[in-house]
Amino acid sequence: MARLRRTMMYVPGNNPANIMGAHLYGADSIMFDLEDSVSIREKDSARFLVYYALKNLDFGNTETVVRINGLDTPFGRKDLEAIVRAKPDVIRIPKTERAKDVLEVESIIAEIEEKAGMEVGTIKLMAAIESPLGVINAFEIAKSSKRLIGIALGAEDFVTSMKTTRSKDGLELLMARSQVLMAARAANIYALDTVFSDINDDEGFIKEVELIKQLGFDGKSVIHPRQIPLVHKVYAPTEKEINHALRVLDAIKEAEEKSSGVIALDGKMIDAPIVERAYRTLELAKASGLYEGDN
Amino acid sequence: MIKNGVGREIPEYLEHIGKLVPYENAFSIMPEGNKVGSKLKRQLPHKSKLISSIKEAIKACGLKDGMTISFHHHLRNGDYIINMVMDAIASLGIKDLKLAPSSLNPCHAPLIEHIKNGVITSIETSGIREPLGTAISQGILPNPVVIRSHGGRARAIESGELKIDVAFLGVPCCDEYGNANGFYGKSAFGSLGYALVDAKYADKVVLITDNLVDYPCLPASINQSQVDYVVKVGSIGDPKGIVSGAIRFTKNPRDILIAENAVKAIEASGYFKNGFSYQTGAAGASLAVTQFLREKMINQNIKGSFALGGITSQIVQLLEEGLFKGIFDTQCFDLDAVRSIGQNPKHFEIDAATYASPFNAGCIANYLDIVMLGAMEIDTDFNVNVISGSDGIISQAAGGHQDTAAGAKMSVVLAPLIRARIPIIVDKVTTVVTPGETVDVIVTDYGIAVNPRRQDLIDRFKEAKLKLYDIEELKEIAEKITGTPERIKFKDKIIGVVQYRDGSVIDVLREVDDA
Repeated sequence: MARLRRTMMYVPGNNPANIMGAHLYGADSIMFDLEDSVSIREKDSARFLVYYALKNLDFGNTETVVRINGLDTPFGRKDLEAIVRAKPDVIRIPKTERAKDVLEVESIIAEIEEKAGMEVGTIKLMAAIESPLGVINAFEIAKSSKRLIGIALGAEDFVTSMKTTRSKDGLELLMARSQVLMAARAANIYALDTVFSDINDDEGFIKEVELIKQLGFDGKSVIHPRQIPLVHKVYAPTEKEINHALRVLDAIKEAEEKSSGVIALDGKMIDAPIVERAYRTLELAKASGLYEGDN
Repeated sequence: MIKNGVGREIPEYLEHIGKLVPYENAFSIMPEGNKVGSKLKRQLPHKSKLISSIKEAIKACGLKDGMTISFHHHLRNGDYIINMVMDAIASLGIKDLKLAPSSLNPCHAPLIEHIKNGVITSIETSGIREPLGTAISQGILPNPVVIRSHGGRARAIESGELKIDVAFLGVPCCDEYGNANGFYGKSAFGSLGYALVDAKYADKVVLITDNLVDYPCLPASINQSQVDYVVKVGSIGDPKGIVSGAIRFTKNPRDILIAENAVKAIEASGYFKNGFSYQTGAAGASLAVTQFLREKMINQNIKGSFALGGITSQIVQLLEEGLFKGIFDTQCFDLDAVRSIGQNPKHFEIDAATYASPFNAGCIANYLDIVMLGAMEIDTDFNVNVISGSDGIISQAAGGHQDTAAGAKMSVVLAPLIRARIPIIVDKVTTVVTPGETVDVIVTDYGIAVNPRRQDLIDRFKEAKLKLYDIEELKEIAEKITGTPERIKFKDKIIGVVQYRDGSVIDVLREVDDA
C-alpha cells in the first residue's frame, strides 16, 4: 500500500525536547528542519542533534524527513554529509527552481551513500518549490529524479516574490498550487501543500485544508501538533464513502469468483479509477480509525 | 530497621518522633480511641477579642518554648502570615517551636533563619518548597520533619497525634468576635478547608485579617466559639501569589497529548457514566483533561454527581453548566472558584478531615470515582514520589495524593515520560509517598500502563482498543533516550519521615550527600 502523507510536521532541529517524542502526535511524516527555523549560530548544533536523534531514537512507523540548507549556503553540503549517514527516510531540498537543483543533491547523496557503505538510492528526496521560477519548472523538477517522492509548495517566499501577501481564500496561490499539483500528478509523485501559520485560527485552517484536499493534494505541511487532527479529520472519508468503497471491492471479488470480465455495481460499470479511489478511501479510513480492515 | 509494606527500611524508633509504625498496606490500620478536643474556654460577656498586634496576641496566648503552632496555606505563595508571626515570635525570644502548617511555599524562605536561630526546631507539614526544602534536605533542622497528606494531617490533629497549642490563621473576611470566611475581601482565597481543622482543635486560635467587617461576618466558616483573638493587619498576603486569574487551558502539545490519552482511559474505564465523580489538579495536563472530559460529557449526555478537591474555573464551569450537581471544595485555585464558592450553595466548602481523613465515618475522597494525579517519579511497582526531586531534595507536596489514590475507584497518574532529560519511570522511586497498590493507571505522552492488580481495567482498556504498555516497557523507552540515571547518594542521617494517611511510616527522608 502507498504511504499516506496527509500531514508533515515541522520540528525545528535545534530543540531536543521537541525532537524527542515528535512522532507521538500522529503526523504521517515528521520533518526535522535545519534550514529556516534554525539561526545561523545554531546550524552546527542542530545538524548534530538531528543526526543523533535519527541514529538513536525510535520514531515508530512515522516517516522521517530532514530539510537541509540549500547547497548555495555554507551549510548544505555539511548537512548532507551528516544526515545521509543517519538515514532518514527522506531529505527535503529547499527553494528548488530547476531540475539541476535536485540532481546536484542527488549526486552528492549517492557519493556519500557509497562512501558510507549504504545501498545507493536508500535516501529518498522531496523538493520544495518556493519561487515563481520553481513553479514554472514544476514538472521538470517533479520528473528529475527517481528518488523524488514528492514536491511541496512553500508559499511564504513565493507570495513575496509575487509582490503580494497570503489571503484567507488563497486566490493568490491558486495558480501555483494547481501547477505544482499537476506536475506531481503527471510525474506520479506526491504533492504537499504549504503551511498555515496562525495556529489559533482553526476555522481558517480547516477551510484551507478543505480547499487543498478538493484540489487534490495528498496532504499539508503543519507547524504545530494541534493542526494534525484537523487535517486528518478533513481527509477522513465519510461513512457513505467507506461503505461504497467496500461494496466496490466486494463487487470485484464477486466478479473474480464468477470469472466475469465486466464488473458492475448498482448498474454502473466499475473501472480502474473507481477501484483505485476505493482502495485510497479504505486506506484513509484505516488511518483515521474508521475502518479496521479484514483482520 | 524493619522493611515495610513497600520494601523500605524503617527504624523502629526515631529520636524526637518516637516509636514508628511501619506501613503495611493501605487499609491495615484500625483506629482506636476517641477524637481529642481543644481546651474548654471561657469568654466573659461583651469582652473584646480585638488585639492591637500579632506580638500582643502571641503574649496573650501564652506561647512558650517547646510549643506547637500551626498555619494554613490558603494564601499559597502570597502568604505574609507565617513570616509576620515568626518574626514576632523570634523578637519575643521564644525558641524550640514545632511548626505545623498545612503546607509551605517558596515565600517562606525566611524560616531558614528562624531554624538557624533555634526558634523552630521541628516541622510537620504536607509540603515544603524551595529554598527551605534544600536547607532541610541538607540537615539544617534539629529534629526530623514529618510529612503528612492533607487527610493524614487532619487525622493527626483529630486523634491528638498532632497537638496544636496556637493556630494563627489568616482570614480575608472577619468580624471582631471571630466569625470569618475566605470568600470576600481584597485577599479572598475561597475555601478555608485546611484551616477549619486547626480552628476546631487548637488550644488557642488567633485570626489575622486585613478586612475587618461589621459583626456578624456571614457566612461564618470559622465561628466565634472557636476563636480567642482577632488581629487586624495591613495585608495578609500578596494577591499575585494567593490566587491567579482564571487558570487558562494549556497550549502545551505534550500536556494535551497526555490529557487526550487520559480521557480515552476514563472513557473506557466503565466509570464514566451518569452520577460519576471526579477530582483533578491545577497543572496543565489535568486542566486539559477536564476540558476534554467536558466535551465528552456534553456529547454523550453524561451528568456527573460531584467534583472534589482543589477547584479551578474549569470545574466551576462544569457545575454552572449543570454537568455536575455539586462541588466539594477544600481549596480554590483561581478567582472564578473564589467567586463561585462565595455565591453558589452547590459549591460547598469542606474541611480537610471531611475531604480526606481515613479515620472518620467516611471522607469524600473515599466516595470518589476518578482522580487525576501528578508525579515526580513512578516506579515499576507503581509507587509514586511527589515529595522529593530527582536530586533527592524535598521540593514538593504530598497534598491529597495518598488520600485520593486510596479512596478513588480509579486513580490515574499523569506524567510526561521524560521531564527535563530525566526519566519519570524508574526502578525504585527516591521516596515513596503513595503506595503502588493504590495507583491504577499511569498515563504518559508515550502511552498508558495499567497496574497488573487491575485486570478489570486492563480488560476494559483492551476492549476499547487502547494501546497499553507494560510499565517496564515504558521505563525502557525512556531509558533508551536518556540513559539510566545514577542513583542519588544520601547520608545515613534521617531528616524526615513520610507518613501514610493512616499514620504509619511509608518512607524516610535522608540528608543529601553534597560530595
